[in-house]
Amino acid sequence: MQPILVVTEQKITAPGKLNPASLEAVAAAQDLAQRLGAKVAAVLLEARDSGLAAELAARKLDRLYHLLHPALASYSPDVWVQSLVQLITHVQPSLVLLPHTYQVRDFAPQLATRMGAGLVTDVTAFHTDSGHAVFLRPMFQGKWSAEVEFASPSGAPGDLPGFVTLQIGAFRADQALAGDSPAPIEAVPVSPDPSRLAAGEIFQEAKQAVDLSQAPIIVSVGRGIKEPKNLDLIRELATALGAELAASRPICDAGWLPMDRQIGSSGQTVAPKLYLAIGISGAIQHLVGMKGSRTIVAINKDPEAPIFEVADYGVVGNLFEVVPALLAALKATP
Amino acid sequence: MKILVCLKQVPAKDAPLKLDPQAAWIRDDVSYEVNEPDAFALETALRLKEAQGGEVVALTLGPARAAQVLREALAKGADRALHLEGADAHLLDPFAAAEAITRAIAGESFDLILTGLQSDDGGYGQTGVIVAELLGAPHATIIMHIEPAGEKRIRVKRELEGGNFQFVEMPTPAVLTIQSGINRLRYATLMGIKQAKNKPLARTTLEELGVSPSLNRQRLRRLFLPTKSKGTTLIPGTPKEQAAILLEHLRNDARVL
Ligand SMILES: Cc1cc2nc3c(=O)[nH]c(=O)nc-3n(C[C@H](O)[C@H](O)[C@H](O)COP(=O)(O)OP(=O)(O)OC[C@H]3O[C@@H](n4cnc5c(N)ncnc54)[C@H](O)[C@@H]3O)c2cc1C
Ligand SMILES: Nc1ncnc2c1ncn2[C@@H]1O[C@H](COP(=O)(O)O)[C@@H](O)[C@H]1O
Repeated sequence: MQPILVVTEQKITAPGKLNPASLEAVAAAQDLAQRLGAKVAAVLLEARDSGLAAELAARKLDRLYHLLHPALASYSPDVWVQSLVQLITHVQPSLVLLPHTYQVRDFAPQLATRMGAGLVTDVTAFHTDSGHAVFLRPMFQGKWSAEVEFASPSGAPGDLPGFVTLQIGAFRADQALAGDSPAPIEAVPVSPDPSRLAAGEIFQEAKQAVDLSQAPIIVSVGRGIKEPKNLDLIRELATALGAELAASRPICDAGWLPMDRQIGSSGQTVAPKLYLAIGISGAIQHLVGMKGSRTIVAINKDPEAPIFEVADYGVVGNLFEVVPALLAALKATP
Repeated sequence: MKILVCLKQVPAKDAPLKLDPQAAWIRDDVSYEVNEPDAFALETALRLKEAQGGEVVALTLGPARAAQVLREALAKGADRALHLEGADAHLLDPFAAAEAITRAIAGESFDLILTGLQSDDGGYGQTGVIVAELLGAPHATIIMHIEPAGEKRIRVKRELEGGNFQFVEMPTPAVLTIQSGINRLRYATLMGIKQAKNKPLARTTLEELGVSPSLNRQRLRRLFLPTKSKGTTLIPGTPKEQAAILLEHLRNDARVL
């Protein structure tokens, strides 16, 4: 079995530091490799040696490929794809595992297609069947799971690799095994053409006015609220509970609440002692921002809504009935 | 600017989905709507055309019912539409779907191709980027703003994780995947709906394009309901009873109030 290759990523705002999702991918690869009888290699792309290669080589890896080139100083899909094609052609992995970050979303479909191979995205789990991998991934916004395999599963040298992106948080970084001795680091020369894209600095929009990360209780509202005028109901509940108000992305996109109250992958990450999700379906991009909360309550009229998978307490019902009842009960027994 | 917008018809957000055991897919008897970010992609295209001039072409790949998203796009202001029709379009993986789109537009030269960043049903997040690769065009994903940047160049704002952004400049033709919320959607006007009836809607079949699931690079084995990993306490009763029981739990079991 050819090795499984993990493509690591650095923090976009702190180059030289590993994006922890990379270690989730290493952990997943180690697990899968054991089931398939394969070895795990990883690759790091950077402009100059930041010391990260040595840090990564401490993991239980068969080899760490170190791609060093000045063009790797800042991300461009053109440069990443060309560099990785050169590496993958050299390594001939059976599978290539990548964390499902925004950066990977940007280049992985291009990379797989350029290699003539397939890409399975947002994988949450896997098992093996007759010696090849079968992957689980959400479909229909997490309402269903799908079992997926590559049309031509590979494993032998010369076969096409299968490309897989792993949902953030689905595998545990702290389970990435350390090696008994440092893995050999192989510097691989790459020669990407200049990028067609010119990228500017990474920036944040206007500074965030509210920091929800310290709030002990958060009442969060989603599209189930239907109209902005109905938000008063949720405000009232937040006041009654001494809670901060937050929202899913569509509420902030529509301008019904300010952006700095958005929870999720493109908003804030919170872990209060109590998080009430009202009329929120529980898309993965929302869940990553709140699933660390100590107690989660979901109020949703759809019993199949994925939010119930992370909720400690689930109220299946119409929020326009449940929330007023909750307010009345809070008033009756303050 | 000549702009192509890819619009996918997907089950409506609150449609109750049931499995069709024969098809290993969901049952077709639900209501459908246009994939949310695709609606924003269309809006983006219409605004670019209004500012710069040019043409907006709407494309969908799907069964006969998918033509609805094209009629809506025409009513909102698209100039013409392309329907790549196939009863089993849902069986195509994102590579095969991208092949179909690319083959259908061979011979046309678009300055911009806009797709949504991902589909609500498949959730692949791949089709637009693969189209770019098949065309040999540059691309950028999760776009929150587009502006011209001189002759045959554009400048776009990419959304990154955790509230970060980045501007990227590139030559056209280019492919961009649009994020929901990039702008505010318009409604079709009565006038628009009337005019749409006279706008061209061309139809090609997947067969004519030579596209079938045999091009797929991944295979869907089965769909199933996710197993609940967390022991969620479901609270029974009328809303009033639910409220009382919930408060009781939060106060005495979870001790968070
Ligand atoms: C790259 C990317 C980044 C993203 N970042 C974020 C992010 O940071 N944060 C975020 O939240 N989302 C984010 N999203 C969007 C995310 O995928 C979902 O689209 C979004 O979270 C859905 O919001 P919602 O749950 O409010 O709406 P919907 O999914 O429309 O859900 C509404 C829910 O309300 C329920 N409901 C309706 N009426 C009632 C009623 N009367 N009573 C009770 N319940 C009712 C429905 O059953 C449904 O479950 C991102 C998406 C992408 C692709
Ligand atoms: N069947 C289709 N018809 C039209 N556009 C599509 C289709 N499939 C995918 N797309 C476009 O590609 C984007 C990404 O889809 P996906 O790769 O399935 O997540 C969608 O938002 C659409 O803009």
